[in-house]
Formats: sequence, C-alpha cells, structure tokens
Amino acid sequence: MMEKGLMDKGSVEGQVVDYLMRETLKTREMWINMGPQHPSTHGVLRLILALEGERIVDTEVVIGYLHRGMEKLAEAKTYPQFLPYTDRLDYISSHAMNFGYVLAVEKLMGIEVPDRAQYIRVMMAELTRISSHLLWLATHALDIGAMTVFLYCFREREMILDLCEMAGGARLTTSYFRIGGVAHDLPDGFIEQAREFCRIFPKKAKDYDDLILKNRIWLSRTVNVAKISGEEALNLGLTGPNIRGSGVYWDIRKDEPYSNYDKLDWEIAVYDGCDVYARYLVRLKEMRESCKIVSQCLDVLEKLDGPVMAKVPKVIKPPEGEVYASVEAPKGELGFYIVSDGSPKPYRLKIKAPSFANLISIPTMVKGHMVADVIAAIGSIDVVLGEVDR
Amino acid sequence: MTQELVLVVIKMIVVFAVALLVVAYLTYFERKIIGHMQLRLGPMRVGPHGLLQPIADGLKLFVKEDIVPHDSDRWTFYFAPILNLVCALVLLAVIPFSYNFMVTRLNIGVLYILSLASVGTIALLLAGWSSGSKYPILGGLRSAAQIFSYEIFLGFSIMGVLMISGSLDLVKIVEAQSKVWNIVYQPVAFVVYIIAALGELNRTPFDLPEAETELVAGFHTEYSGFKFAYFFLAEYANMIIVSCMAVILFLGGWKGPVLPGIVWFLIKMCAFFYFFIWVRATFPRYRYDQFMRIGWKIMLPVTLANILVTGIVMMLV
Repeated sequence: MMEKGLMDKGSVEGQVVDYLMRETLKTREMWINMGPQHPSTHGVLRLILALEGERIVDTEVVIGYLHRGMEKLAEAKTYPQFLPYTDRLDYISSHAMNFGYVLAVEKLMGIEVPDRAQYIRVMMAELTRISSHLLWLATHALDIGAMTVFLYCFREREMILDLCEMAGGARLTTSYFRIGGVAHDLPDGFIEQAREFCRIFPKKAKDYDDLILKNRIWLSRTVNVAKISGEEALNLGLTGPNIRGSGVYWDIRKDEPYSNYDKLDWEIAVYDGCDVYARYLVRLKEMRESCKIVSQCLDVLEKLDGPVMAKVPKVIKPPEGEVYASVEAPKGELGFYIVSDGSPKPYRLKIKAPSFANLISIPTMVKGHMVADVIAAIGSIDVVLGEVDR
Repeated sequence: MTQELVLVVIKMIVVFAVALLVVAYLTYFERKIIGHMQLRLGPMRVGPHGLLQPIADGLKLFVKEDIVPHDSDRWTFYFAPILNLVCALVLLAVIPFSYNFMVTRLNIGVLYILSLASVGTIALLLAGWSSGSKYPILGGLRSAAQIFSYEIFLGFSIMGVLMISGSLDLVKIVEAQSKVWNIVYQPVAFVVYIIAALGELNRTPFDLPEAETELVAGFHTEYSGFKFAYFFLAEYANMIIVSCMAVILFLGGWKGPVLPGIVWFLIKMCAFFYFFIWVRATFPRYRYDQFMRIGWKIMLPVTLANILVTGIVMMLV
C-alpha cells in the first residue's frame, strides 16, 4: 500500500524515475506512532499514521490495549453479577450501559418495569448523556487548543456526578439500575437539586458557545474537516451523534422507542455538515434536548408514586432463548445480545458497542488531511476505549 | 574607562538577574491568571498562594535526571537549548527600560533584535532535528516553517514605525513618540505586530511547534531536566522581549505622565503579558497550513499596503 511511482510505470522514463526513486533516493512516507501514550488519543487508542510531510497517506487503528474479556467473563457470572461489569464498558456513561443490559434481560424474562422506575431510568440515562457529552466537549476543545472550555465543562459535569452520587451512591461506576427497576428510590432533595441543574444548565451551556461556537479559529479547525458522507457512515455502521452529524435521521429513542421515551417531548438533533463541526453541533443540541427530557421526567416524578422495583424472582433464571435489546447510549447504539440456556448464567453474551464501529471510521475520515485533523477527528467521534475493547 | 566598564557589568547583572527572576515568576503569574480565568486557583501549595512555586519548579528541574536519547546527535542536542536561551537573553542588552537604563545603546537596535530572534528559532529546528525522534522532527519542521512565515511580516510590520522615526535606534524611536504614540499612526502595523508576536512566541493560537495535543511536546519532547528548563526560560524571556518591543515601537516606551519612566515601561509591558495570557486562555489553536495561509495571504499584503500608505502620506505631509 505504500508503493507509489511518480510517473507512468509503462514508459521507459517512468521506469527509470521509479528505479531512481526507490533505489537511490529512498523516499518514503514517515510512519508515526500515535498512542497508546499520546496525550490526545483518549485512553489507550493507538494509531499508526503514514505521513507525507504532515499530510496523512494512510492510517491504521490498533486496539486491544484495554481488553478485559468482558463477554467471556459474562459466561461465568450470574445475571445480576454481570451488571457492575457493564459500568466499565463506557465508564463515563455507566447509567446508559446499565440500561442496555437490564433492558435485554428484562426482555428475555418478560418483566414489566414499574412506571416510576422507568422515569427514573430515563432521567438518569439523560443526565448521563449530558455528562458524557460534556466530557466529550471538554476534551475535544482541549485537543483543538481551547483550554478554558475544558474546565467550564467539568464545572457542570461535577453537578451531574453529585446527582449520580445522591441517587446511586457512586459517581462514576454507578450500577444504579437493577433487573426489574432501580436499586432504590431517589433520596429526598434529589428532585430539587436536579431542577436546579436543569435551570442553570442552559445558561452555562451558553458559556461554551460564547467561547467557541462562532470562533473563527474553531470554525477553521472543524468545518469541512474529517468529512464522512451519510452513505459511508451507514456502510461503516456508525451510530449515535456521529451518524446524525452526517444528516441521517437515526436515533433509537425515536425509531424504536424503549422504556418511555415515546411519552416525552423532545427533538432529534440532526445536522448535515458531515464534518467535525456538524458532530459538534449535534452533541450541543442533544445536551439541551436531554436537559428538556430530564425536566419532563422530574415533572412526572414529583407526582408519580409507586414502587421502583418489579416483582423479580430471587434467582434470575431466564427461560431458554435469545434476545437483542439496544439503547441509544451517548456514543450511539449500544446493543446486548444474550443467549440463555435456562441457567442462572448467560450462555453467551455479545455486546455491540457503538465506539467500536465509530472508531473504524477514522481512516476514512482523515485520509488526505493533516496530523492536526486526526486529533480533531478522534475528538469528534468521541470514543471510549473501555467500550471498544470490552 | 574602568568605571564605565564596571557600570556596564553591574547593569548587565541587574538586567539578567531580574530578567531570569521575572521569567520564573512569569510562569507563576501565567498559571495564576489562567487558573482564575478557568475557575481554579492555580498553584497554592508551595509558600503563601504558591509564591515559591517557580523556585520549587526550578529546583526540581535542576536535580532531575538528564536524559539524552540514544539516537540523538549528542552535541547538537546539548547546544540547542543553550543557543535558544542565550539568544533570548542577549536581546535584553539593547532594550532601553528608561532613557538612561539599558546595558548598551546600539544604533541598530531593531536590526539586532530581529536577527538574533531568528537565530533563536533555529535552535528549535536544531532541537527537533537532533533529538532523533519523530515527534520532535515534526515540531522542528513546523518551527522552520514558522520562521519563514512570521519573521517576514514581523519585520515588515515594524517598517512603518522605522519610516516615521527615521532610525533603528530604540532610544530615538521612543524619543520620536514624545507627542503622539506610534500606535495612532500605525494601528494596522500594531495589530499585525501583535499577531506576528504570538507566532514568534509560539503561543496560542500559533503554538504549532509544541502543540501538545498533536505532537506530544513538539521539538522539546525528548528534553528533560535543565535542558528543558532552558527552553522554558527562553520562551518566557522571548515573551518579555516581544512585549518590550511592542512598548518601545508602538506605545511610547517609558513616556508617560507623573510616574518615573521605568515604572511606565513596566506597566505597559505587564499589560502585554496579561494580553498574551488572556489569549492563551481563550483561543483554540490554528492548523499549521492555516497559519501559513494567514501569514502569506493576509498579513504580508496588509503590511506591504501599510508601508505603501505610510510612504505616500509621508511624501505628502
């Protein structure tokens, strides 16, 4: 893939030039290793770049540095025991990971989850989406050189983590959801604090916009950079904000509504720029929409009383069969495919992680761009390696 | 004769000692100011409000292991940081902090500063090249590209000022601004100068040679210990020089009412530091080809037009 003659190889001159180039001058691309310890590969991603000057000729994505054998581990754990492992998939949006898993098991067992638990779940999942997008915006902006956005975002993320701590007792790996509901009801004062967050978040989000939304430098670094058309994105299996940034209307919350997303009023964020900037706009809008969803959930939860846990047998033993359930995680479509043989442990569990498919789009996106654009592209697809490697 | 020599030596020591201390404390103020802009406190642990932090940092760098990469070009690798720092510090020799406080008065001060500043940038190229590693090479290449783009329009932006004051002597340039500061006559040149200065300093939004999120640490990736400190000190010393030049060329140097000249000079200089730090806290980073485009396609024509207009106006008036 690295061989390239300058002239037509059929002609004599071409052959001579080709020979000289190869045998005497020995020009070839510079190969550079980016990661797994590079400051902006977000964890342990490794890219091998072939450069001509600073232009990228070829890219190879190397993954596996965070492989923990999750899917195999699942086969040795009972269904409730595997739940905390899902936290460690995309560790910055653990509620959403829990959500996907419990939905799959519930679907397999036919458990009806009480309404209050449904709303709590949706609310926590959306708060997680905001926090995940905030972390994304923070690091993405930092990669492109805007340091201050980074710390502004962490200020608001802190509030969400506090809310997570109130609800589930943990800030990052929450494991708040249970098969059949949630671990326990929301504590006193949660609703007020969550309302406070919903009230101030749109104002704080304006701070980020003030810094970069219309900033010329930001625009020149993101517009028309790392483009991927809707069709290519579909072919590569991109999901989530990345495909919505390429103008494809695809959001599982709308298209195959689960839990009670169909009862809530919100808009799907789609922009058709296909570039880094469009993906940035999608996520900005999603944060605001998520904030709306959280507000609506809070309205319902204030009035709605009831259990937060369905009647679930002590030992969870799903009937024989297989099931696939997916949720719209902050990074895209997260699916759990479970095969049950009727025992308390899954026979096989397969995770369809959105970041994996998203990451594969990197070589397509950055071809012909500069090194600096690789950073923008990695930032814009928002990968979490815990999910890629599993 | 001996008296004069002693005086010069004393001035030298004062200027350089103060400069090195100021440089160290610039890092402190940068961290503090950016910290407060970003909702944090900055250094707080070493001494009251972290005031001893720069000294602790210096000590740490001094006792650190000095690593020389296996594939490096050893002598060049040692030489580059020294060249960089020396070039930055000798520039201070000609800066007139007030009418009579300067190490030496040179009748080609501007030329001296411009040429030595370019030599200093070559040190970055040497550092990148001699490290024998890929990221530093990319960083070094970028800085080579920057030399070409910004040195030219930095020089051209100063040209208008030189035409007005009719001298390359920094003292005469300041004296020529007794009535009106040059910024009034040369607003465009001032803006171009500031942008070029950001490039010269390798600071956001033009910190391409050491873009940490792209090239790890750019040309000084392989440097550690005190050699790294040299680059660091040189960067901040350059910041002082560029601020001094801006003050001298555009803001009337030490001129100002009531307060003594040197105080005015320092006030104006600090305003520039603050501005540079503020810019760093606000802007993202340009891409290398975009930076080049700005330089050649916008800055250069603008400065040339500025020189032309200045010339025509001077002919007519």
